[in-house]
Amino acid sequence: MATMATDLTQETSVLPEQDEKRDTRPEVIALADNIRIQDDVPRFDIRSQCLPTIIRAEKFSVYYGKKVGVKDITMDICSRSVTAIIGPSGCGKSTFLRSINRMNDLIPIARAEGALYVNGVNAYDRRVDLVNLRQRVGMVFQKANPFPKSIYDNVAYGPRLQGVRGRALDDLVESCLRDAALWDEVKYSLGKSALALSGGQQQRLCIARALATKPQVLLMDEPCSALDPIATAKIEELIAGLKHAYTIVIVTHNMQQAARVSDRTAFFCLGELIEYGDTRAIFTKPSRKQTEDYVTGRFG
Amino acid sequence: MTTGMLLSESDKTPDPGAPLRTRLSGFLARLGDPLFYGLTLCCAASIIVITGCLVYQLYAHSAEARHTLGWGFLTSQEWNPVSGEFGALPFVFGTVVTSILAILIATPLGVGTAIFLAEMAPRRLSNIMAFLVDLLAAVPSVIYGLLGIFLLVPLLNSTVVPPMQRVLGFLPIFSGSFYGVSLFSASLVLVIMVVPFIVSISREVLLAVPVEQREASYALGSTHWETVWKVVLPHARRGIYASVFLGLARALGETMAVTMVIGNTPQIAKSLFAPGYTIAAVIANEFTEATGSLYLSALIELGLVLFGITIVINGLARLLILATTRGLQHG
Amino acid sequence: MGNLLWRRMTNAVMFSMTLMCALGVVGVLFFIFGYLFWNGGRYVNWDFFTRLPAPVGESGGGMANAIIGSAKLLLLATLVGAPIGFLGGIYLAEFGGKTFPFFVRYVTDLLNGVPSIVIGIFAYAVVVLRVRHFSAWAGGFALGIMMIPIALRSTEEFLRQVPTSLREGALALGATRWQMILTVVVPAAMRGILSGMMLDIARVAGETAPLLFTSFGNRFWSEGFDKPTASLPVMIFTYAIGPYDDWHRQAWAAGFVLLAMVFMFNITSRLLISWRRTR
Repeated sequence: MATMATDLTQETSVLPEQDEKRDTRPEVIALADNIRIQDDVPRFDIRSQCLPTIIRAEKFSVYYGKKVGVKDITMDICSRSVTAIIGPSGCGKSTFLRSINRMNDLIPIARAEGALYVNGVNAYDRRVDLVNLRQRVGMVFQKANPFPKSIYDNVAYGPRLQGVRGRALDDLVESCLRDAALWDEVKYSLGKSALALSGGQQQRLCIARALATKPQVLLMDEPCSALDPIATAKIEELIAGLKHAYTIVIVTHNMQQAARVSDRTAFFCLGELIEYGDTRAIFTKPSRKQTEDYVTGRFG
Repeated sequence: MTTGMLLSESDKTPDPGAPLRTRLSGFLARLGDPLFYGLTLCCAASIIVITGCLVYQLYAHSAEARHTLGWGFLTSQEWNPVSGEFGALPFVFGTVVTSILAILIATPLGVGTAIFLAEMAPRRLSNIMAFLVDLLAAVPSVIYGLLGIFLLVPLLNSTVVPPMQRVLGFLPIFSGSFYGVSLFSASLVLVIMVVPFIVSISREVLLAVPVEQREASYALGSTHWETVWKVVLPHARRGIYASVFLGLARALGETMAVTMVIGNTPQIAKSLFAPGYTIAAVIANEFTEATGSLYLSALIELGLVLFGITIVINGLARLLILATTRGLQHG
Repeated sequence: MGNLLWRRMTNAVMFSMTLMCALGVVGVLFFIFGYLFWNGGRYVNWDFFTRLPAPVGESGGGMANAIIGSAKLLLLATLVGAPIGFLGGIYLAEFGGKTFPFFVRYVTDLLNGVPSIVIGIFAYAVVVLRVRHFSAWAGGFALGIMMIPIALRSTEEFLRQVPTSLREGALALGATRWQMILTVVVPAAMRGILSGMMLDIARVAGETAPLLFTSFGNRFWSEGFDKPTASLPVMIFTYAIGPYDDWHRQAWAAGFVLLAMVFMFNITSRLLISWRRTR
């Protein structure tokens, strides 16, 4: 426990050592409370040790009424890498992804149990500010959902909410569009409606829009499922480029895609985490029978 | 307290985690949602408050008439404000007769038109005609009244009613001398006003019948009409009933057009060609002239009666609509 | 075989009958429009828009005061009805729970079905009886109440058509709920909402019954909002049932102007929606 906590602090410095000088800032005390709770639960098995960690789920479950969305998920997601979540449809991979920035809150009957730490703070703590959480954890959806506004206004949406204006905003929009590899295609038509873009461009615009709130984590929910192969290749290239600055969690049911873009892969089945580890290991020598059946195409 | 401070350690990390400055920091951002929610909730709730107020006002201001006249108000036939006689029966009679007659004529006409628009007409033509029908519904009632006085009444007087009376005059309902203004004229004006409602709702309901239902019927060797009559109409029946009820409610509450052609005579006549009076018309005509608080109070009680009738009819119609669309509701 | 022939005949006969119904309805429609435009258009002249009504018994004059009066009443009505309907519609579409919104919807539909003359009595009891005289305030209040149900239901309907993905997109970018609604959902539904409001204004623009004993009428200019105020529909009514031929001609002219106004609102509203669809 102690070593692990130390390791976490390397990136996030939020899990103070017991014998360190106690930090008296209120939020750190709040965090310390969380850690104490953490101490009470029996030591969990992190299936895949990963350093440094930015997201950690601990016995995390989501229920829709009585139906199980995901059950008892315990896993760590490493900072600045790509983690893919694969599994047959209905296995809870999207549910888990949407829990990370609490988009499931929009579904009235959804209920979460256990803990899900983002940067060391339990995202399901009552005191957590959803707005702040969602700014830190950006999301790209299955189907591109640009607002019916101009390209510029789409990217500027998040920063404007935070009060960024003028020159700074222009620069931010440009840099995000560049990061999303869209700048050269739209630089002369920033005022045009985003709905006039092609499907692949719209999805990259949505990525640019998510980047503009300067998130640490980018969640992608099957971002290429509605795109043609060329647009898909562009997005995959983009993901490879972004992982040096962002933590990316991507849900996909295209196994080749998971193999191509991700560093680590988690396999979900029927709401449970079956196996989680190095992508190469998952695809070449999975340790569980179910995983092997799935990645070799024998079921699902 | 936790906003902005949550994850604040990333302040030190460069780029992606760096915090953006927040103008809407803390207080306002936190309070915005409940404030906005409260504001919209108040507006939604105000509908209920207004409707409640409306009922209360009608009830309170008709107190004098209710106490003085009692239930006799609804059963007495005499309306003579000067001698202090207030009987509502002729108005209830006129209102009910004109509306029922109007609905009896308008329903086959409206549903027939809707069937044509939904089943036979090409979609483009159907859409254009539906738009025209909607325009017909948008014509203000005072304009229908205008047309009623200067167009319909002379027309009935000269060319329609005399031949009708020659053939059917032996029936009591078509007997008596005809002066143009009558229950019958009022009903005809109401027909024109109600048909657009029935057409426009019925057409929507008919178009919403699933294609599979029609295909199943055709596959069993039905003709087009048999498909419409035995499959499509039964499937859409609730919506059509609802459209008829809505039309009826509109006819019952219609004021101006009726006032202008009904003849404004408080009597219960056997003949449809005799003049009559409706609740809405008497309120419109006598409200500003009502001298004495009992008179005014009696008129307001008439308003309460009209309100009661239309609420019941409307309530039924809305329940029918809700029953048909319940499956589609979300959130 | 004979059976089949019979069935075919039924088919043909019944559909011919529906065709007749449709032709009848549309025929009446064109006849009415034609008659009104021909008859009303003839009597519209410059005086109609610029002059006050002539003294009783004299011919000539116009309805300038009624046109301005109608505009005033509609302005007041919109100020009462549109915001309440708009915000209430947001509540129903965005914060919907179960029982309460259902109740609100039901009551709204009932209020929509309340005869306009009854709304008039309500406005009379609430406003006129308080201040003891007829005024534009009272008329605007009555029309405003009439506007709320449609404003509310149409706002709700168009907000519901905004895809959930846009809402999720905004929330995922860290918008609060009210920011999401006002910066993404409402703009996306704006055309629809506006067109609903225009239809709503068109509907109350022709209302006569609730004005008879709220704003009453006036043969002269009425300053401000606290005086009895003339309006086109009430003028049409008064003139149509009046005894003078010149009044009847003016009633036709006023009917023409009122109808043209109502149609203009209706058609503009249609155009707004169709633009939205083709975009």
